[in-house]
Amino acid sequence: MTAVEDPITTTAIGTPMKRREDPKLLAGEGKYVDDIHVVGQLWMGMVRSPLAHARITSIDTSAAEAAEGVHSVLTGPQLQEMGLWLAPLPCAWPVTEDMVNPPHYPTAIDEVHHVGEIVAVVLADSRYGAADAAEQVIVDYEPLDAVASIAAARDGSATAHSEHETNKAFHWPLVPDPDALEAAFANPAHHVKANFVQQRLIPAAMEPRGVLAVPSPMGGDVTLYSATQVPHILKVMIAATTGIPESKIRVVAPAVGGGFGAKLNINPDEILAVTLANRLGRAVRWTESRSEAAFSTHQGRGQLQTIELAADADGKLQGVRVHIDADMGAYMMLITPGVPLLGSFLYTGVYDVPAFGFTCDGYFTNLTPTDAYRGAGRPEASYAIERAMDILAAQVGIGPDEIRRRNYLAGGEYFENLEVPSTLVFDSGHYGPNLDRALELADYDGLRAEQARRRAAGESKQLGIGMVTYVEICGLAPSRALGGLSYGAGGWEHATVRLLPTGKAEVVSGSTPHGQGHETTWSQIVADKLGIPPEDVTVLHSDTAISPLGLDTYGSRSLAVGGVAIAAACDKVVEKAKQIAAHQMEASADDLEFAGGMFSVSGSPDQAMPIQAIAFGAFTAHNLPDGMEPNLQEQVTFDPTNFVFPFGTHVCAVEIDEDTGAVELLSYVAVDDCGNQINPMIVEGQVHGGIVQGVAQALFEEACYDEDGNLTNPSMMDYLVPSAADVPSMVTDYTVTPSTSNPLGVKGAGEAGTISSAAAVMNAVVDALSPYGVVDMDMPATPQRVWRTINEAKGGQA
Amino acid sequence: MEVSVTVNGERRSADVEPRTLLVHFLRETLGLTGTNVGCDTSSCGACTIHVNGESAKSCTMFAVQADGAEITTIEGLASEDGELHPMQQAFMDCHGLQCGYCTPGMVMAATSLVAENPGGLDEAGVREGLEGNLCRCTGYHNIVKAVLSVGGAA
Ligand code: FES
Ligand code: FES
Repeated sequence: MTAVEDPITTTAIGTPMKRREDPKLLAGEGKYVDDIHVVGQLWMGMVRSPLAHARITSIDTSAAEAAEGVHSVLTGPQLQEMGLWLAPLPCAWPVTEDMVNPPHYPTAIDEVHHVGEIVAVVLADSRYGAADAAEQVIVDYEPLDAVASIAAARDGSATAHSEHETNKAFHWPLVPDPDALEAAFANPAHHVKANFVQQRLIPAAMEPRGVLAVPSPMGGDVTLYSATQVPHILKVMIAATTGIPESKIRVVAPAVGGGFGAKLNINPDEILAVTLANRLGRAVRWTESRSEAAFSTHQGRGQLQTIELAADADGKLQGVRVHIDADMGAYMMLITPGVPLLGSFLYTGVYDVPAFGFTCDGYFTNLTPTDAYRGAGRPEASYAIERAMDILAAQVGIGPDEIRRRNYLAGGEYFENLEVPSTLVFDSGHYGPNLDRALELADYDGLRAEQARRRAAGESKQLGIGMVTYVEICGLAPSRALGGLSYGAGGWEHATVRLLPTGKAEVVSGSTPHGQGHETTWSQIVADKLGIPPEDVTVLHSDTAISPLGLDTYGSRSLAVGGVAIAAACDKVVEKAKQIAAHQMEASADDLEFAGGMFSVSGSPDQAMPIQAIAFGAFTAHNLPDGMEPNLQEQVTFDPTNFVFPFGTHVCAVEIDEDTGAVELLSYVAVDDCGNQINPMIVEGQVHGGIVQGVAQALFEEACYDEDGNLTNPSMMDYLVPSAADVPSMVTDYTVTPSTSNPLGVKGAGEAGTISSAAAVMNAVVDALSPYGVVDMDMPATPQRVWRTINEAKGGQA
Repeated sequence: MEVSVTVNGERRSADVEPRTLLVHFLRETLGLTGTNVGCDTSSCGACTIHVNGESAKSCTMFAVQADGAEITTIEGLASEDGELHPMQQAFMDCHGLQCGYCTPGMVMAATSLVAENPGGLDEAGVREGLEGNLCRCTGYHNIVKAVLSVGGAA
């Protein structure tokens, strides 16, 4: 027994601990995929279709093949013939039994369905050589009519896939009580009907996607380094798609430079790199260029929404009815059709709505496929209900704060485990005080007074004030619930916690960070649970050889699922350690207390053992209870029984220059509630980044297509990712309403900012223009669009 | 063509194709992968380095144009004993990075912005000064805070 020491009191949870990830990244030592090179590697270059819809009539590879340094040039049909894959790229979310799902192979075979679809690949000795050779491949096409918008898809005079009769992919209804819904809309005192456009967005993580597949010729194994959020899912899907046994595939996500959903997919390049490396016995690499990324990586949003509200004379909601048409793009990728469904449950927002109905039609177009982008379906839902609430407030003649207060679930009071009409059970909420705090921080009354002053003075710079109370559904998720939605996988997360012989801990997590600071957060949880210093905790992740079980990072799930798994595994370690301590101290386990890393016998505090000593004892196994296995290592696979539902209120002010149409975001206040927080500094960073991504949708970003399906702004010169000069500093605060879905009481914070800010900003823009009778405006609110709207409203001289 | 540069105080030479971009020369020929590439239109600033003491986007230059130049990359910013440069430290203290991909370029741009403004910067000055460096993660709030903590007006 070791001498008794003062127990270390760690209270890592809840502190804004600096990130352990940072020193390496700040020194330029972060190793992203494109930083990793191996001897003998081949560079892959993609030959991409310049047309949105066409039949391939011939491909001439001779010039490219003859070029210096070119190893081979392979066309779609040749690759198909090589038998590199058994099945098309997977769609894991067939939302209905009759969903149309055209085969999506890594390369086109005879018909291309969007600009940028791969028609051939080049393998060469150098980056530049691969790019040059790809340009020398001559492809002849017979153009076909392209479907370049949802409207064109609905119209159906052309079909995105020649073999289809219509462009419709599926119809998905969620109408729990059709009679109640009809009754609500029979004769409401107020009826709001609004149409909103969720423009297509390019996710634009700063690190482009890239792959490096390295074969090991002796064992037939292949290691894929990929800029992915989902190494575990990718491994399973590579096996299912190519027939390479799962045990022969290792996937590593090295440092990953942001994801936002764009790295949550199974991409043609990943399958091509793995299979070609495997077949050729040489490493194969590829990194998308930024302009290529607009075609080689999926896009987000792309919906036309119609939302209707029925309310009584006081503005109390009686029903919400929604229909959306969703743009799938050319193919169903991993969760393409599921994205609108993720939002479906949130169209009643934070409100008490007796009757609800939602329908969604998915359509194919000849555009880059859509899939998850930060928030995935939920920003769209939040936008629709929160914009519509402002329209209702104006109709009823009350303020946007008042319309919200009148309709909050539980009257704005605290609630837990409350069933809402979309059939979900919200874990916990307390909306009233959250709104109060946001209004106070924003100086809402002061802003309204300033607005009135400017209006009265007829100033050319008008003020608009916007607010949103959002709720999101995240922490994906209970496996059963996902199964009920026809999702092809579960939603659990795995953790292993080991206390090593030296008393240091090692945590293996199945969630996969790409900027969220998991290593820091996980070390805080483990430090508190085991009573050891955070620096004694090593976190392992993102490599399927080290962390074989996991379901990765998306849907704000890491903490609420993965973090909870870690905490539970720590509890099991402590429990086993306690048995050993009791045995070695000859006490009853029931009489032992554990605090600050020290087991002590209640009532006789000098009889104590630190957990590190137990770890060594578990390793030597000289003196363990009969039948106990040596070592201190426990694992937990946590599958929650419910989602988590973070919420918050955001209030912002914009200034609109009526002469130029320029919109300036003057101030932004966010009061979020993500339950208990492990590291408030990291939470705040997530909130900031999320807000600016939503602001970007509201004011700057749109993937613009012409009627032939050409993207007119693929580069960062034309696609306006906001810079520091475009946004203000933000004010953030929190209320804390612990979740009832998990023992840590945590919710999620990764997507919240984006789920609220687009609506908050557009509510402010429309508020500024409301004196002209403007009730709505499409995103992005660019100067041209704002100026035109003002002038049309003033009398049509636009 | 032969290119000789002094990178982070060390003389390095190599034979490269004339069309080799400086960023590829640094990353792939010299193995200094701290400098990142985020775009192909000189828009993002991920590749920002110092050339002869001034910040430059290394994707906009050919390696041959840098022949004879003094170059500092992110790898050369910390002191020899590994102590972070005050700007790197400020980014860490203010949580000015998440995925870290924009960070090397952002830090290099920020150090020269501060050097060019010895009188100190205000928030608008920092925001405008970093306009050429995009970050998708942080919303810029904490980056601005970090830069002001080093180079803000007193
Ligand atoms: S890589 Fe140089 S500016 Fe984007
Ligand atoms: S920290 Fe990820 S892009 Fe800036």
